[in-house]
Amino acid sequence: MAEKEIDEHSGIQTTGHVWDGIKELNNPLPRWWLITWYITIAVSVVYMIFMPSWPGLTGYLKGTRNHSERENVAIALAALDEKRGLQMQQLLQVESVAAIENDPELLNYATTAGGSIFGDNCATCHGSGGQGFPGYPALVDDDWLWGGSLTAIQQTIRYGVRSDHDETRYNMMQAYGGVLSRDQISDLVEYVTALSGREANEAAVGRAKPVFAQQCASCHGADGKGDQAQGAPNLTDGIWLFGGDRVTLQETITNGRGGVMPAWTDRLTNEQIVALSIYVHTLGGGE
Amino acid sequence: MSVTEAGSSVERVEVQAVNSAVSRQLYKAREPIYPKLVHGKFRFLKWIVLFATLGVYYVLPWIRWERGPGEPNQAVLVDFPGNRFYFFFIEIWPDELYYVTGLLILGAVGLFLATALFGRVWCGYTCPQTVWTDLFIAVERMVEGDRNKRMKLAKAPWSGEKVAKKTIKHALWLAIAAATGGAWVFYFHDAPTIFPQLFTGAAPFSAYLFAGILTFTTYILAGSMREQVCTYMCPWPRIQAALTDAETLQVTYKKDRGEPRGPHKKGESWEGRGDCVSCRACVAACPMGIDIRDGAQLECINCALCIDACNDIMKKVGRPAGLISYDTDKNMERRAKGEKPTIKLFRSRTLFYAGVWLVVAAVMLFGLASRATVEVNVLRDRTPPFVQLSDGSIRNAYTVKIINKANSARDFILTLDGPAALEVSAVGETVDQGSLTLTAPGDSVRSVRLFATLPGDAVTRASEPVVISIEDAETGETATNPTVFLAERRR
Repeated sequence: MAEKEIDEHSGIQTTGHVWDGIKELNNPLPRWWLITWYITIAVSVVYMIFMPSWPGLTGYLKGTRNHSERENVAIALAALDEKRGLQMQQLLQVESVAAIENDPELLNYATTAGGSIFGDNCATCHGSGGQGFPGYPALVDDDWLWGGSLTAIQQTIRYGVRSDHDETRYNMMQAYGGVLSRDQISDLVEYVTALSGREANEAAVGRAKPVFAQQCASCHGADGKGDQAQGAPNLTDGIWLFGGDRVTLQETITNGRGGVMPAWTDRLTNEQIVALSIYVHTLGGGE
Repeated sequence: MSVTEAGSSVERVEVQAVNSAVSRQLYKAREPIYPKLVHGKFRFLKWIVLFATLGVYYVLPWIRWERGPGEPNQAVLVDFPGNRFYFFFIEIWPDELYYVTGLLILGAVGLFLATALFGRVWCGYTCPQTVWTDLFIAVERMVEGDRNKRMKLAKAPWSGEKVAKKTIKHALWLAIAAATGGAWVFYFHDAPTIFPQLFTGAAPFSAYLFAGILTFTTYILAGSMREQVCTYMCPWPRIQAALTDAETLQVTYKKDRGEPRGPHKKGESWEGRGDCVSCRACVAACPMGIDIRDGAQLECINCALCIDACNDIMKKVGRPAGLISYDTDKNMERRAKGEKPTIKLFRSRTLFYAGVWLVVAAVMLFGLASRATVEVNVLRDRTPPFVQLSDGSIRNAYTVKIINKANSARDFILTLDGPAALEVSAVGETVDQGSLTLTAPGDSVRSVRLFATLPGDAVTRASEPVVISIEDAETGETATNPTVFLAERRR
């Protein structure tokens, strides 16, 4: 070993490292730092005894406490479910929407729970506030395809629309592209435009009247007001699922429509579906 | 160690100012300080302050204050689970934390004022670090004896007696520290409930955690770190230099009277020399390990124990008391010029601090006195901003939250004022001519979802101002919140 060099100015030994002629003094580590360091080493040994630490080939060193964060989460979730159990049970027992909406505390619980379920599952299509997008119905207005009562909303959520569930709500807007002539479809577009109170070609409306009665009235009704029992949209209001302009109407009649909403009965619990229905009902459009 | 020089009237203490700026070294272990017990008016005052502050700390959470059914009856309580802060007749919600901010401002400005007037009185008398260190030193003195005995014990080889004394001392310290940490928890829980729980293991983990942390810090800070906390850790010594001036009363060694210093033999003349007899009693008494005769320094906490120590000596040598006393830099100049020393408490600085303090206090008092017991918050639906209904009318939705800060349930009449044609409805409530009555439970928030609908032909503007107001059906107390009714811009 080379002889230790002592710095002549400070009298402190150097580390022997030199950078461009600058030497580093070998000052002692601060004592508080050194003590803290030793403590952390001691703590890590204690930690290894009690807690999971080293990975192995087939598993890991579990420690005497057999601690598992996954299990803790499962336990915490179970505890949360138990805590919510009473209110969730209450939700299942209420008979009408009024019974819930007249109980401010239960309503607050249901809409808070429902809101979070909505955000996780429904907002992707229906929008974060239920405002809807073209092809995805708005849930905040009073125009319902399949009914806006609490039971109807629940039914829709549970089994979906044109979903793969056996009890799904189902209907079909047929594609009239090959059934009706191009002119007939253009006349129907004028007729539907007139139905919702807008200006339209009167001659075309007159020509389309028998076609509508024959082809469309069975679902949309003779007056075009729709039928919630079969999910047929009301054509006389100003609210359009896909769009009410002439080009979109032409497209709808020619190619038909058939949006899909999945069934949620297997993904959400019964209580969750009730809470979700109440939330959707209070968005504004509930009947 | 002390010696009495031949013929001298007072003993001379062999003591170094180990914590003064010149003797401190960064890479040197702390030199222990063995403050000597003194008697005098400042020591007496410090005992009184010590008992008063500790008394307040330990007793306060046990004081009861009836607030009515369902409300905690603890006078001072920080209720984290319930989101409330209780202070006697005041109950603060989380959104009113500015009262606490105001209290902190009052504390800070009050501290500025006290420092400008009397130097570091906070540090010397009331700072928890000073109070607990003083208490720990008192315990140490009780077990191991005064300065000389303690130093002797520290140097002595390990023996049964030494072990016994050290064990008793540390046990007492730990007991005080545990009582300190334990009492802290009482401010956050119902004290009579949590007290037995702490012993039976039924208290929440957080209670043990914070009791443990404060036990540890009290034991370490007051037991072994002491003056190092003030010298190295505390920012206040650095700030105080900006708050004091030449007219600030500080613990001062009157150089003009004391110098030239030197040992004095009994019967010797006092002509041509100062009153300081170099006995170092002031240094031996100092808990900070400094020499006050070096002048004002950041290590000095202005505890005034050196004043008591010096006055004792002055009495023995027959000179007037007050060689070390509360004095100002300016007075030293005045005496040097032969002027009469005066104390100027009213200076622009102190008047300014006092003014600021009074203004903040007045604002807070006014705020507290006129504090509303009801508030109304309105969250307007923003996705979508408005909804077109099937008949062409436009609807906006609002979530209204009525915050009832009173302890009892109250009925509120909610009114929505806007365009005449606006129709109002609410989820689960009946609305009569634009207003509805809601019952808000005491000390909680009642929310309701409101719908306002305007017929299509009544929509004239993209944005209509709307005011949602509530009125206590009984007292008539009101709260309002302006919002808007939005619609699509019509051509």
